[in-house]
Amino acid sequence: MTFLEKVNERINEVPIQRCYHCRKCTAGCPMAEIMEYNPNKIIKMVQLGMEKAVLESKTIWLCASCETCVTRCPNEVDIARMMDVLREMALEGGSRIAEKNVVQFHESFLSSIKFGGRINEPLMMVLYKLKSGDLFSDVVMGVGMFLKGKLSLVSPRTKDISAVRNIFSKTKS
Amino acid sequence: MKVAYYPGCSLHGTAKEYGQSVKAVSRALGIELNEIEDWSCCGATSAHATNFKLSVALPARDLIKAQTGAEKEVMVPCAACFNRLKSAQHHLEHDEVLRKEVEAIVGSEYKKESLEIRNPIDLIYNDIGLEELVAKVVKPLTGLKPVSYYGCLLLRPPKICNFDNYENPVLLDKMMSAIGAEVKPWSYKTDCCGGSFTISKTSIVNNMVDKLMRSAREAGANCVVVACPVCMANLDMRASAGLELPVFYFTELLALSFGLKESSDWWKLHGVDPSSLLKSLQLI
Ligand code: SF4
Ligand code: SF4
Repeated sequence: MTFLEKVNERINEVPIQRCYHCRKCTAGCPMAEIMEYNPNKIIKMVQLGMEKAVLESKTIWLCASCETCVTRCPNEVDIARMMDVLREMALEGGSRIAEKNVVQFHESFLSSIKFGGRINEPLMMVLYKLKSGDLFSDVVMGVGMFLKGKLSLVSPRTKDISAVRNIFSKTKS
Repeated sequence: MKVAYYPGCSLHGTAKEYGQSVKAVSRALGIELNEIEDWSCCGATSAHATNFKLSVALPARDLIKAQTGAEKEVMVPCAACFNRLKSAQHHLEHDEVLRKEVEAIVGSEYKKESLEIRNPIDLIYNDIGLEELVAKVVKPLTGLKPVSYYGCLLLRPPKICNFDNYENPVLLDKMMSAIGAEVKPWSYKTDCCGGSFTISKTSIVNNMVDKLMRSAREAGANCVVVACPVCMANLDMRASAGLELPVFYFTELLALSFGLKESSDWWKLHGVDPSSLLKSLQLI
């Protein structure tokens, strides 16, 4: 299967060959200017089979999932979903991750759910800081929120935590 | 009316004042909230950005739990949870193979077309109605000049969210006008605030928020009104010095106009304390 076919199969919607490169998606993308390749370029690269360059790009991690692109595409190409698919493929295939902090944040967030069934914000932040080594940013803000009583170390958890952990283990790719 | 209720994680933590104001306003409007028994996190951006199946199965557990209750509708105040629940529902209703797989993972059956997922703007505007809102107002918010910020997740993608005009939404504007605020027209209502990059890519979010704040000031606003804990966290805490504006959850402003006493507990929870603005307008 070609890279394009694999991506289309996972998107399971309109195939991305439907794109006629009008760049409307890119014109409205809030992240396009800081992406290495803009959304339309990524589509072209997928069409051309440039698997490694796409999966190792910063773009897939800098997409904010704002869904503006798919909302405006005249051909119903689901670019936002394509970005999800590309991230998933990059993680599964062990590609070099161009934006490690973004992945470390997602991992910390998901670990926090696995732990308590619900997000405990201070716990999630501690996990992220340990993973990323970025120990000092936002500490003042965190302490401020703590003093305001917005953050607490113990928050209500899901009682049936095994049900949640079971979802994690059964969806592991 | 009685609806099921999915608060989501942040309404117990950083968005405490949203959770409390949603409850206070619902009580005042006669909306009874029945919290979904032992709910769990929807997975938010982190699940769908890394694992599609997980991003459907986590909300599926909550939807299935909600389906065991008598209510046919579930209110979801957090825009991010709303989007994830709606999206999971879309996939479960349209993809038989996936639905079977997810049912096996969660261990119970998902009943098709049995539950409507609604955000509180939609519920209050469409089911309670502006007339009833106006009748509850004891303190019109005269002098308050908000721009309404809808962000991404209430509206997009429209085929899933199915809520308001997705390029120029107006329901929040109408609601705020009804309670006496002078809503300013603004062309940034649906721009992105950077969402969860607030932690991993803070400087990007700073820039995005500054752009929103600059344009809100240009529009003549003295505050911003939101309906999402992620938008609130970013707008309220990531603006550069000199550009900040007070940011409110729309339910806080409804409560204030209804004269609900609880509202006085919320202002100190904000990053940008709105008390001085409210005092100068003699609203508190
Ligand atoms: S908006 Fe659609 S058709 Fe136009 S370039 Fe983007 S994906 Fe292609
Ligand atoms: S979803 Fe991603 S690619 Fe699409 S407009 Fe938003 S940031 Fe850009």
